[in-house]
Amino acid sequence: MKEISNTKKSLPFFGVGKILPFMYKYRGIMFFMVLCGLAGSVVDIALPLFQRYALDHFIGGGTLDTLPYFICLYIFAILTAGATNYIACHLAMRIEVNVNKDLRNAAFSHLQTLSLSYYNQNSVGYIHARIMSDTSRIGSLVSWTVMDCVWHLSYLIGSAGVMLAFNPRLALMVILIIPLIAVIFSFFQKKLIRVNREIREINSKITGNFNEGITGAKTIKTLVIEDKMAEHFVADTSEIRTKTVRSAHLRGMFSATMNFASSLALAVVLWRGGYIAESEVGTFSLFMSYAQGMMEPVRWLIDAVSDLITTQVNIERFSRLLETQSDVSDTAEVIEKYGDSFNPKKENWEPIRGDIEFEDVSFRYPDGDEYVLEHFNLKIPYGSSIAIVGETGAGKSTLVNLICRFFEPTSGRVLIDSKDAKERSQLWLHSAIGYVLQTPHLFSGTIRENLLYGNPGASDDDIKRALKLVSAESVTEHLEKGLESDVGEGGDLLSAGEKQLISFARAILSDPKILVLDEATASVDTITEQKLQAAINNVIKGRTSIVIAHRLSTIRNSDLILVVKNGKIVEQGKHDELMDKHGYYRALYTRQYEMEATESILE
Amino acid sequence: MKKGKTALIRRFLKGCRIMFIISILSAALTAFADMVTPQIIRAAIDNAIGGNPPDFPESVMRIVNFFGGFDYLGENLWIMALAIIVVAVVKVGFQYIFRVSNTAASETLVKNMRDSLFKHIEHLPFSWHMKNRTGDIIQRCTSDIDTIKNFVSEQLSSIFRIIILLVLSVTFMTSMNLPLTLIALIPTPVIIAYSFIFHRKIGKGFEKCDENEGKLSAIAQENLTGVRVVRAFGREKYERDRFEEHNEFYTGLWISLSKLMSRFWSVSDILAGIQIMLVLVFGAVFCVEGSMSSGEYVAFISYNSLLVWPIRQLGRMISEMSKAGVSIDRVRYIMESEPEHDRPGATEPDMSGDIVFEHVSFAYEGCPAVLNDISFTMKGGSTLGILGGTGSGKSTLIMLLDRLYDLPDNCGKITVGGVNIADIKAEHLRKNIGVVLQEPFLFSRTISENIGITRSDASLSEIRAAAKAACLDDTVSAFSKGYDTVVGERGVTLSGGQKQRAAIARILTKNSPILIFDDSLSAVDTETDEKIRASLEERFGSASIIIISHRITTLSKADKIIVLEHGKIVEQGTHEELKNLGGPYQKIFEIQSGV
Repeated sequence: MKEISNTKKSLPFFGVGKILPFMYKYRGIMFFMVLCGLAGSVVDIALPLFQRYALDHFIGGGTLDTLPYFICLYIFAILTAGATNYIACHLAMRIEVNVNKDLRNAAFSHLQTLSLSYYNQNSVGYIHARIMSDTSRIGSLVSWTVMDCVWHLSYLIGSAGVMLAFNPRLALMVILIIPLIAVIFSFFQKKLIRVNREIREINSKITGNFNEGITGAKTIKTLVIEDKMAEHFVADTSEIRTKTVRSAHLRGMFSATMNFASSLALAVVLWRGGYIAESEVGTFSLFMSYAQGMMEPVRWLIDAVSDLITTQVNIERFSRLLETQSDVSDTAEVIEKYGDSFNPKKENWEPIRGDIEFEDVSFRYPDGDEYVLEHFNLKIPYGSSIAIVGETGAGKSTLVNLICRFFEPTSGRVLIDSKDAKERSQLWLHSAIGYVLQTPHLFSGTIRENLLYGNPGASDDDIKRALKLVSAESVTEHLEKGLESDVGEGGDLLSAGEKQLISFARAILSDPKILVLDEATASVDTITEQKLQAAINNVIKGRTSIVIAHRLSTIRNSDLILVVKNGKIVEQGKHDELMDKHGYYRALYTRQYEMEATESILE
Repeated sequence: MKKGKTALIRRFLKGCRIMFIISILSAALTAFADMVTPQIIRAAIDNAIGGNPPDFPESVMRIVNFFGGFDYLGENLWIMALAIIVVAVVKVGFQYIFRVSNTAASETLVKNMRDSLFKHIEHLPFSWHMKNRTGDIIQRCTSDIDTIKNFVSEQLSSIFRIIILLVLSVTFMTSMNLPLTLIALIPTPVIIAYSFIFHRKIGKGFEKCDENEGKLSAIAQENLTGVRVVRAFGREKYERDRFEEHNEFYTGLWISLSKLMSRFWSVSDILAGIQIMLVLVFGAVFCVEGSMSSGEYVAFISYNSLLVWPIRQLGRMISEMSKAGVSIDRVRYIMESEPEHDRPGATEPDMSGDIVFEHVSFAYEGCPAVLNDISFTMKGGSTLGILGGTGSGKSTLIMLLDRLYDLPDNCGKITVGGVNIADIKAEHLRKNIGVVLQEPFLFSRTISENIGITRSDASLSEIRAAAKAACLDDTVSAFSKGYDTVVGERGVTLSGGQKQRAAIARILTKNSPILIFDDSLSAVDTETDEKIRASLEERFGSASIIIISHRITTLSKADKIIVLEHGKIVEQGTHEELKNLGGPYQKIFEIQSGV
């Protein structure tokens, strides 16, 4: 389910078609925004006319007869400009942030439906950037870039119109400069886009260098490579300086061209239009104002076009995310009966017992090419306990992934309560699973909020009971605010052991029929581990449990132990049977026993 | 600014002062050129076209007369148009120089800053690194540097430019008409103050938005990293609702901020409009009264328009200056931390002699003692094994020997070849001690660069030989890019065992007379462990080797083994001596040999 990466083929019309549905909702205020922008532009175009009037009527005519009207009209004009600008800016911002919001929501909720293989194939940083940064680029495109186009295009057209009305010949000469300048601008702009991208890349490299230099301080010191690291660093900072100065050359030429173009236009007005000043200084000054004022809008329009080009990448990535289909999805009939992830129809859900059966299951990961399970058969009757053991990275999570329907078998079936898992909704299954991971994942918020994660309706008594069952009362007891204590981002205010106890209590609180413990005791100290172990023995009664074991001594009583090596199940049976076999399990077990015993003697 | 700040800035300014001066000069010349064009227009309107008698100074008149006087110019306006173009060329030339020199100067400043920060951080003692949070240091090195950079390259130069422009245009305006200049200046304090107050106020709003963007971003981050938990508990709807709720709140913050900003923009537009209107109206009145010519009127309006935008900017500049001050302080904190230094008269002795710990005790700041009266002697060229549990102080022992922490006075003495290590240059000491840490850190470079990192001249064959000795060659050769595979974030993720072996290979290219393996074979299997030790024996027969391990098979060949418990040596001797002593060593030996 990798995103189809056809970056070569770009979307038609810069991909704008893909975001039209998100703009549709705001078409009303967008229309109003454009209208206000146009009104503001009209005032901007009209202002030089005041100057013309002052010069020709007052100064030329030597009278101040209409001065009060002049002042009133002028104030009216700037107030109108102020008001329309206020509305246009405010609306543009509203559209920007609202479109951002809608895009983020769409991305986020779509991500909730994608299967885990998507998450395995795309890094969190990558996905996160799709939600947070691509969306904001698109939002500003549909608001501010549109606004810029409206303002500056209408200014150009309007002022050209006024000039043509007063003196077509002179007007044409001034207007002719514009396309010339536009060509030069776009030339620089293209180069600037490239240099800027390069600068951003080196910049993130420099941040990476700092990161490495600081987190790797101990290694750098022991290897005595401080100066070598610094040399490496200096090479990067030299590069960014060179590149930035090069971009300054470009920018310098860019703005030089623009300023020169203004002066050129002015010179043309003086040269070919100076004679007007003899009789109508006002009209002459009108031309001067427009000639100098026309170059800035041209620059903005070029900027807008380059925005559109650079944002195309963001639009493509964003729409690719929305178009990615989950490879674990419920069929229409299932959704019809059981509801989807956001609108479950719980009234139709059958109660779950917890029988699990693998029926001729073959499986390979979507991004892998080797089968990790082939024609695998296994019955796990409800209430039994299964342990999966093996070295780190041996592929112990595969069975869990299939049972939880994070992945679906390549062929064969996984049966839950004797029915193919696909015949019921994912949410139905997930609501019956309690899951404890090796690195417990808590959400920022209070302890209570975290505990209620799997069962929002649980009462305080339920919470107390669950905490007691896993001996986690001590965690909340020594905290000042008890259950209302904040756990910090990712639970960082708690120790690893405390986090694990809370996540265990969270799993218990949802009263799952199927309990998955994924190396749940690996990252805690011995005392906590003993507590947890006692709790595990307590809570697996009456539940189907799948334990991915870190310490083998803890799973000796399991109903079945599956031994995994290099992604495949190499041995299975009860503890005693496996020990008698003198195979891989025994070797693993012995080695671990020795290390544990050593550890315990030394403590 | 306080003294420390200016001193720091002055230090960073090294090598870019001249560039800064050039950039300020060219900014001034640009502004000056800006002043000339309206004068040309004015002369064209009043004198060349209008035929009024000129009142320019003598020097200007000489130039005019050179071109045939105003009457001739009136007939040939192209000459004056050309003058505008010549002035424009001069102006954009200086503008270009300004842009480039200003960027070159501020980039050099930033480079100086980054380089000396990085160097300084690398040379700060390890205890400093342990005391300060990584995220915080990195933020000081990145976003604070950016703030300072913006201040120097944008704000500082803008302020200079604005001031030069203000002074020049006010001078020119005054020379034409003093009363109108005063009228034009009346609204400026209001505009500057309004903009200043607004930006002070809006700053808080932005902070709040940033904060909430951070929160929203964290929710997304937590959801993505915790995707398994979300799915396993079937909480997709809850997650979506939570995200949407915060998203709504965050969007609301921006909308209320947008009201403030739009109001600011339009109010300052109106203020600026009124200022322009005052000039227009009073100028017209003065013209009608006869105290001003129409050419002067047009020129005056041009100067005035040069004023309006910079004045609006000034308020913002001033309000943002305080941010830079805070950032400089944050960078200063790092730059003023005391780097590692050797004692005066530190030497570079031979390091192949005996290593002796004499009554060494040590405690980390504010913690109970980790090492308690440790004494042992290790013959040069021999192998020492250390057996100890978590918290026994074995890693501290290594850090003291490598002087990652300095042993305080009166806490015993560590000597190598009879020389107190406190009197040995740290660089010399560490160069001669190869340490493989428990949790190896690899750099995001290629594997061969990682292995040869301590040397500048290591050949590929040397690197491969080291990798072979560390049992890493087969693994690396299986990668599609082999030794050119990049490690880490943007490259291949190595397993714990592979990382350990890479770290061992890295030390093997270093050829140090003292080698330390801090539990560094824990993630490799017993066979590989044995192979690696055999090749060590072969290559480093004469080196002094310290091995920390839990495996008796790893330790048993050592010439001496010490058993550490809670910072104390509880047993020491050879494997043969210890295995029958009845202490912890014997017990462990028995367990591990399956007796």
